[in-house]
Amino acid sequence: MKRSVFLFLVVMAAATVSVSAQTTPPASAVGDTFSDPVMETRARAMQRQLRCLVCQGESIDESNSPLAADLRRLVREQMAAGKTNSEIEDFLVARYGDFILMKPPLQSNTWLLWLAPFLVLGAGGAVAWITVKKASARVA
Amino acid sequence: MTGELGQLALCFALALSLVMAAAGFFGARADAHAARSIANGAAMGLLVFVVLAFATLTYAFVVSDFSIALVANHSHTLKPMIYKISGVWGNHEGSMLLWVLVLAIYAGLVAGLQRGGERLTSGALGIQGLLAAAFILFILFTSNPFVRLDPMPFEGAGLTPLLQDIGLAVHPPMLYAGYVGLSASFAYAAAALMVGEEGWARAARPFMLIAWISLTCGIALGSWWAYYELGWGGFWFWDPVENASLMPWLIATALLHSALATEKSGAFRTWTLLLAIAGFSMSLIGTFLVRSGVLSSVHAFASDPTRGFFIMILIALAIGGALALFAWRAPTLQGGAAFDPVSRETSLVLNNVFLVAACACVFVGTLYPLVLDALTGTKITVGPPYYALTFAPIFFALLLLVPFGPKLGWKRGDLKTAWRSLYPALGLAGIAAVSVLAFVSPRGVAATGAFAVAGWLIGASILDLRKRKGARASAFAAALAHAGLGVTLLGVTGTAAWRSEALQVLAPGQTMTVGPYTLRFDGVTQEKGPNYLADRAHIALMDGGKVKAMLEPETRLYAAEGQAVSDTAIRTTGLRDLYLALGDDRGQGRYAIRAYVSPLAPLIWLGALVMALGGMLSLGGRLRLRAREPASEPVAAE
Repeated sequence: MKRSVFLFLVVMAAATVSVSAQTTPPASAVGDTFSDPVMETRARAMQRQLRCLVCQGESIDESNSPLAADLRRLVREQMAAGKTNSEIEDFLVARYGDFILMKPPLQSNTWLLWLAPFLVLGAGGAVAWITVKKASARVA
Repeated sequence: MTGELGQLALCFALALSLVMAAAGFFGARADAHAARSIANGAAMGLLVFVVLAFATLTYAFVVSDFSIALVANHSHTLKPMIYKISGVWGNHEGSMLLWVLVLAIYAGLVAGLQRGGERLTSGALGIQGLLAAAFILFILFTSNPFVRLDPMPFEGAGLTPLLQDIGLAVHPPMLYAGYVGLSASFAYAAAALMVGEEGWARAARPFMLIAWISLTCGIALGSWWAYYELGWGGFWFWDPVENASLMPWLIATALLHSALATEKSGAFRTWTLLLAIAGFSMSLIGTFLVRSGVLSSVHAFASDPTRGFFIMILIALAIGGALALFAWRAPTLQGGAAFDPVSRETSLVLNNVFLVAACACVFVGTLYPLVLDALTGTKITVGPPYYALTFAPIFFALLLLVPFGPKLGWKRGDLKTAWRSLYPALGLAGIAAVSVLAFVSPRGVAATGAFAVAGWLIGASILDLRKRKGARASAFAAALAHAGLGVTLLGVTGTAAWRSEALQVLAPGQTMTVGPYTLRFDGVTQEKGPNYLADRAHIALMDGGKVKAMLEPETRLYAAEGQAVSDTAIRTTGLRDLYLALGDDRGQGRYAIRAYVSPLAPLIWLGALVMALGGMLSLGGRLRLRAREPASEPVAAE
């Protein structure tokens, strides 16, 4: 009984989602949108990867600040001029530093940042292995 | 007069906390009965005086006594009463007093309940006394809420409008109940190291549960507030302040699981002690991050360096002291338990490995940019993409393993039987995945996988709830909490993968569509709130030619504070939110309207509620058990 109720819920949930997810999202900034949906999607994805430098951790995609609006325009102008994503990124990093990237680049001063969680996971795994081995030795 | 009364009460509280610390530590010795009575009495006295100090400050806010600087800077006569009261903790000084109040309440509970034997309790009270003394000193010397203002202003400066919200009125006390609740486990763990560790995990468990439930609710409330108040439809931003609350939650979750093993089979004795220390350390670090101002900018920190410095010293002493005690005493504890590689114990080891790694991920992601900036002056941003690549896979792996835990027996389990009994859950996972692939677009790999895991978790929980009829409350509690994880995962996935949004400038009478909805903009009216002026948009949700519902998002201008805040309008079906925010005035009656459709969004918070219910059920079971057999409480080893 409970299983069938849940089944119903899952199907309902999926159906709900299917109805609502059909439209492609338009831009956050009114006025400067691309009419080409491919370009628009690319611009939105790019905007989410760039930090609004004067806000608290917001991307330029979701910030109301004038600087974010300027940066959005800048990104779109460069895209319209045919620049690739990495060219635009390089340009912005040269201007504002790594601070503008929501995803920190993997380089000499960030490798520890990227590896640390997995180092801890590995170390934890090793300790777990030893613990379990010792405990099972006590059983025998 | 009230200000001086509060100040005096706080000074008495300081004296009593010192008495409590001294008597508590002395009472941890075998035959010091008198000292133990003194420690208990001091704990009660501490509670009374801290309540008095807090009540005094609350009274000053309620009657708008602007002769007290804090009230003048953070309140206003026109504020609704509830925000006058919540204004008490809507600022640095008051929130530190709330911190101490919660600490005193936990000390009162430890003294009143006397769980786990006299010596253990006494030692725990000693630790709590030290903590209370340190924080009261911090308040008195760097953050005194009772400082007078002369001349007294006619009107207060008001409270940041973002904080004038019911979610944020309740959020801090809830979160603090969790943060500071971990101080009780911390105190018990440290006391156990002093007097011998027998029975502490059992004694401290209700406090661990209360802290965990409060943290779960507090985090959920905070994220719900961010969702409906910030106006971007997001619910979690990996903001350092959010991370500061997530870290103690992850450790507290690990602690609950590890302590279970310690209690049931004596396994992981030293590890559980270390986790109890780590949990409260995370709370302290979180308090430091949020309260020192180091996060918002380096300059805020520099504007009042004494506070940050004081908290840093305090944290270093608390964490360093506890770790030193651990390093000194832990090797003397007797060796570990015996269990098979396939057993409940092993599953709990894995649970802890993944939770600690997940916490390490949040810890590094939050602190690395600060440390890098301090050491080299290089600024980097650690945003959501970092956590998507580190935290998400680690947590995902944990969720995959969750259903096995409850299926394995203590000491020795049978993987084949466990696996077989989980087939129905596997079926549900398959159905969930197939539903995504069949019905939904876009159908991402991540979303499909997440739905499968959610189905797996919920299915396994349903199996547990069915099979264990007449079983202990703790089994139900675990099943509920695990099911809650699955429900939250459904919500997170739905919102992250399938949210639709639309932003349009509309003149009155024009329509827009978002997802399956058609909306008609009927213009904006000016409304007057108790202490704000609002531009209220009237937006009709259309169904064919008829109006199905009216949604009214607002922009509120708080005159006293000179700030504008958006107030969203959300219409939910329980499985899907339609979410509207009012944007800029574009002239001639035209306004920008932001609309989102967030599928399954309500499940994010429903899941958290289910998790918290699981915790409450476990807590209830514990307390009932205790009421039934009061004599079976183990006595601390002499």
